[in-house]
Amino acid sequence: MTLFVLALAVLAAGAAASLCAGRSRAANTLGPVFAVAGCLLGLAATLIGPWSEAASAILPWGLPFGSAAIGLDALSRLFLLPVFGLGAVCALSGRTALAHHGDEHNLGAHWFFFILLLFAMALVLAARDAVLFLIAWEVMSLAPFFLISFHDDDVAVREASWIYLVAAHLGAVFCLLFFVILWGGSGETGFAALTALGAAGGPGAASALFILALIGFGAKAGIMPMHVWLPAAHPAAPSHVSAFLSGAMINAGIYGLVRALGFLGPAHAWWGWLLLGAGLASGLAGVMQALGQRNVKRMLAYSSVENMGLILIGLGAGLIGARAGDPWLATLGLLGAFTHLLNHSAFKGLLFLGAGEILHATGTVRLDHLGGLQKRMPGTGVLFLIGAASIMALPPLTGFSGELLLYLGLAKGFAARGLLEQIGLLGSFFALAAIGGLVFVCFAKAYGLAFLGEPRSGAAALAHDPAPAALWPLAVPALVCLIGGLGAPLIMSLAQAAAETPLALYPAVSAESAAMARQAGSILTSVALVGLGLCALAGILALLRAALLRGRPVRIFRTWDCGFVAPDARMQYSGSSFSEPVSAAIGPAVGVTETLDAPDGYFPKRASLAVTPRDLLETFFFTPVFELIRRACDQAKVLQHGRIHLYILYILAVLVGLLLWKL
Amino acid sequence: MAAMFLPRILAALVLAPLLFAVINRVKAIFAGRQGKRLSQPYRDLLKLARKGAVYSRTTTWIFKAGPVVSLAAIAAALALVPLGHLGGTAGFTGDFILAVYLLALARAAVVLAALDTGSSFEGMGASREAAFSALAEPALFLCFLVLAASTHGSTLDAVLRGTALSPTEPELALVPITLFIVLLAENSRIPVDDPNTHLELTMIHEVMVLDHSGPDLAFIQYGAALKLWLFCAVLTGAALPPLFGNPWLDFAASVAGVFACAALVGVVESVMARLRLPRVPKLLALACACAAIALILTLWR
Repeated sequence: MTLFVLALAVLAAGAAASLCAGRSRAANTLGPVFAVAGCLLGLAATLIGPWSEAASAILPWGLPFGSAAIGLDALSRLFLLPVFGLGAVCALSGRTALAHHGDEHNLGAHWFFFILLLFAMALVLAARDAVLFLIAWEVMSLAPFFLISFHDDDVAVREASWIYLVAAHLGAVFCLLFFVILWGGSGETGFAALTALGAAGGPGAASALFILALIGFGAKAGIMPMHVWLPAAHPAAPSHVSAFLSGAMINAGIYGLVRALGFLGPAHAWWGWLLLGAGLASGLAGVMQALGQRNVKRMLAYSSVENMGLILIGLGAGLIGARAGDPWLATLGLLGAFTHLLNHSAFKGLLFLGAGEILHATGTVRLDHLGGLQKRMPGTGVLFLIGAASIMALPPLTGFSGELLLYLGLAKGFAARGLLEQIGLLGSFFALAAIGGLVFVCFAKAYGLAFLGEPRSGAAALAHDPAPAALWPLAVPALVCLIGGLGAPLIMSLAQAAAETPLALYPAVSAESAAMARQAGSILTSVALVGLGLCALAGILALLRAALLRGRPVRIFRTWDCGFVAPDARMQYSGSSFSEPVSAAIGPAVGVTETLDAPDGYFPKRASLAVTPRDLLETFFFTPVFELIRRACDQAKVLQHGRIHLYILYILAVLVGLLLWKL
Repeated sequence: MAAMFLPRILAALVLAPLLFAVINRVKAIFAGRQGKRLSQPYRDLLKLARKGAVYSRTTTWIFKAGPVVSLAAIAAALALVPLGHLGGTAGFTGDFILAVYLLALARAAVVLAALDTGSSFEGMGASREAAFSALAEPALFLCFLVLAASTHGSTLDAVLRGTALSPTEPELALVPITLFIVLLAENSRIPVDDPNTHLELTMIHEVMVLDHSGPDLAFIQYGAALKLWLFCAVLTGAALPPLFGNPWLDFAASVAGVFACAALVGVVESVMARLRLPRVPKLLALACACAAIALILTLWR
C-alpha cells in the first residue's frame, strides 16, 4: 500500500513538474520520465505481494464529505494493471511522437493532463469512498478533453473533443445520481457501508439504481447506444492518447459497473439478461460499423465498442449464472470478461500505437491511401500484425483465451433451466461466433490493405520505419500478446481472484467457482500445449520448405495478375471493395449507403461509386435530439438580447418578486 | 493414446490427396469420361515439391509464411478431430472451438498471402473467402452445439458419436445437412466455388493462390486436401455410429465413410451448377437456419 501511495505521489509530483516546465524543452522529457516512474512504481505496488489480499489506507486529506479512503483488492489490481502498464508504454511512445511538436504546442500542459489522467485513474480504481471516487471520476473524465484537443487548430478535433466532453458529463450525471441515492439510503459514503446496505432499499429501488449505473458507467465504456464519443474522439486524439483511452480508460466503465453490482445485492435475473443483450448489441453493431470504416483509427474505435460488448456479454452471463446457481456459467462468464479485458488492453493499445506510427510515417490513416507498408515499415508491420492476429483471436496469440472462456461458459447453456434461457445463452454463443467471423474480415482488411500489396499513394510509397526508440515501447504490448497465449492460465488466475469479488454475493456459486476455474485452467493449458505444438510444426514445415527450395531456381518477377501487363496500384482491392460481400448483406442495416453513378451508353465516360458508412444512432437519434436541445436553447435567447435597459428591468423584476415572496 | 493417435493421423496424412482423385473420378463417371488416374494428386504434389519458385516483387515474407502457417494450422486442427471412435484425441472441453479457430488461422495466412501480391484478382478471392467463412463458421458452431446438447458431451470425441442419423431423434438429421453445406463452402466446392473454372473472376480459393508456385503451392494443395479430410471426418463422425464394436473395423468403416463424403461431393459437383456469388450468403444463411432449427428442437425435446 505504501508503494501505491508513493506511486500516486510521484504522479502528482510529475503533473506539477510538467505544468511548471510549460513550453520549455525539458517538458517532453520531464513528463514521460515522471509518468514512467509513477507507472513502474504502480506496477510494483500492484504485482508485489499477494494478488488477492485486500489492503487499505486512509490518506491524510480532509474532504468535506466522506474520507480519502483507498484500498487495493484483486478487482482493483486487475484494472490497475493496464492503467500502469499501458500508461508507461503510451508515455514512452508519446515522447517520441511529440518530439517535433514542441514549438507550436504547450507540451508541459499536455503531459500535465496525461499524468493527471493516470493519477485520477489510479485513484478511481483504488477509491473506497463514494465522494473520493466521484472526484477522481470527474478528473478522469475531464483530463482526456484536453488530451483529445491537442491539435485544436483543426475544427474536426475541436468538434470531437466537444462530443467527448458532452458524453462524459452526461454519463457522470448518472454516476452522480447513483451514488447520491445510495448515500441517501445509507447515510455513509464508505464503500464498506454501501456494500453492507445490500438490497435494503427494496427490489424496485435496486433495479432503478442498476439502470442508473448501467447508463452512467456504460457511457464511459462506450456501450451501445452511448458509444458515439469513441469513433469521434479516437481518430482526433494523438495516438498515444487514443491507445491509453481505448486500452485503459474505457475499462473504468466496466470497473464501475462491477463495483456497483456489489452495492446492489444479489441481482435480479433480468439484470444479467439486460447486460447480455447490451453486450450483444454493442458487439454486433460495433463490429458491423467497424467493417464499413476506411479510417484505421475510427475502425479501431468501433472495435473497442465491440470488445467492450464482449466483456459485457461475459458479465451478463456471469450474473445470469450466479443468479441461477450455475457455477460453471457464472465463473466462466466472469473469467472470460476479465481475461478478455486484459487481452484487449494489450492488443488495442498496440494497434492504436501502430496506427500512430502509420500516421506519423504517411500522414494518413485512410486505408485507401495506404498499402505496401510491410516492405517499407517492416518493424511496425510485424507489431501491427501481432495486434491484428490477437484481436482476430487466432491461436496461439493472446486474444483467443478470453473468447474461448466466453464460448465455454455459454456453450453449457443447454444445461440451463428453461427453454428460453437455453435459447438465449446458446443464441449468444452463435452471436459470439458471428462477431468472431466479422472481426476476422475487419482486421484482415486493416492489416492486409494498409501493409500489403502496392502503395496506393505517394506518401505510402515513401514511408519508412521510425527510429528504434519509437518502436521499442510497442514491443512491450506485442510481447504480452505473444506470450499471453501460452501463458493464458496465468492471466486467467489473475482474473479468477478478481471474479471472486462480484461472486461473493452468491455463496452457493462462489463455493464452487474455484473448482470451475481449475477446470478452465486445465483447458487453457491444453490449448497452450496445442499452440506450442503448432509453433513447432510450423517451424518444421518452414525448414522443409527451405530444404525443398535449396538448389532450385527461385525467380523474382512481377505479380501474375492473370496476364494483364500493366497492373496499377489503384487497381488493387480497396477498403470498400474488400468488405463489399459482407456489407452487401448487412450494410443497409448498419447505415452503409452506396451511391453509384453507373457508366451508361455505348461509349461510357465517367462513373463513380461512393460508399459511406454512417452511424445510424448518431444520425437518427443523437443528432436530432441535440438539434432539438439547441433549438430550445435558441428560443431562450429571446431573453438575452443585449439591451441593457431591459436587463435592468429584469433585476428590478426579480427584486420586486423576492420582496413580494418575503412578505 | 499414441497407439490410437497414429493410425488416425497417418490415414489422414496419407489418404487425404486421394479424396480429390475420388471426386474427380466420380465427376468423370457422370460425364462419361475416363478421368485422371487415382494417383494423380500425389504426382502433382511431388512434381510441385521438386520445382523451384517464382515470387512477385511486391510480396514480403508474409507471402512465404502463408503456406507454411496455413498447413501447420490445418494439421494441428486435424490432430484434434477424431475418426472412427478410436479415441486418441487430446479431448478437452471445447476442443472444437480451438479446431475452428485453428482453421481461421490457416485462412488468415492464405488471405494475407493473397493480399500481399497486390493483385486485384487475389484481393477479390481474399475478400470472398473472409466474407463467406464469416457466415460458415457460425453454422459450424451451431452444429457442434446441437450435437453437444443432444449427447451432453463437451469434447469432439464425445460429440461425434454418429448419433445424428438415429431414428429416435429425427431433428438431428439437419446436422449432417448443415455440415455438408459448410463442407462445400469451406472447401470451395460447387455450388459455392468452382475449383475447375477457367475464369478467375468467379473463383474464391483458387484465385487466392494464383501467385504461389513450387513447394509453396504444394503446401497449399496438401493443406486443402487435409482440410477436406477434416470436414469429411467431422461429417462421418456425426453420421456414422460404431457399427461393428471392433475399433479397427469401425475405423475402417469411418475411412470408407470419409471417401463416401468425397464421392457425395463429386455427385453434387456433377449435378449442380455453381451459384451466383450474391446467392452464396443465402445458402450459408440457410445452413445457419437449419442448424438453429435443429438446436431449438433438440432443446425443446
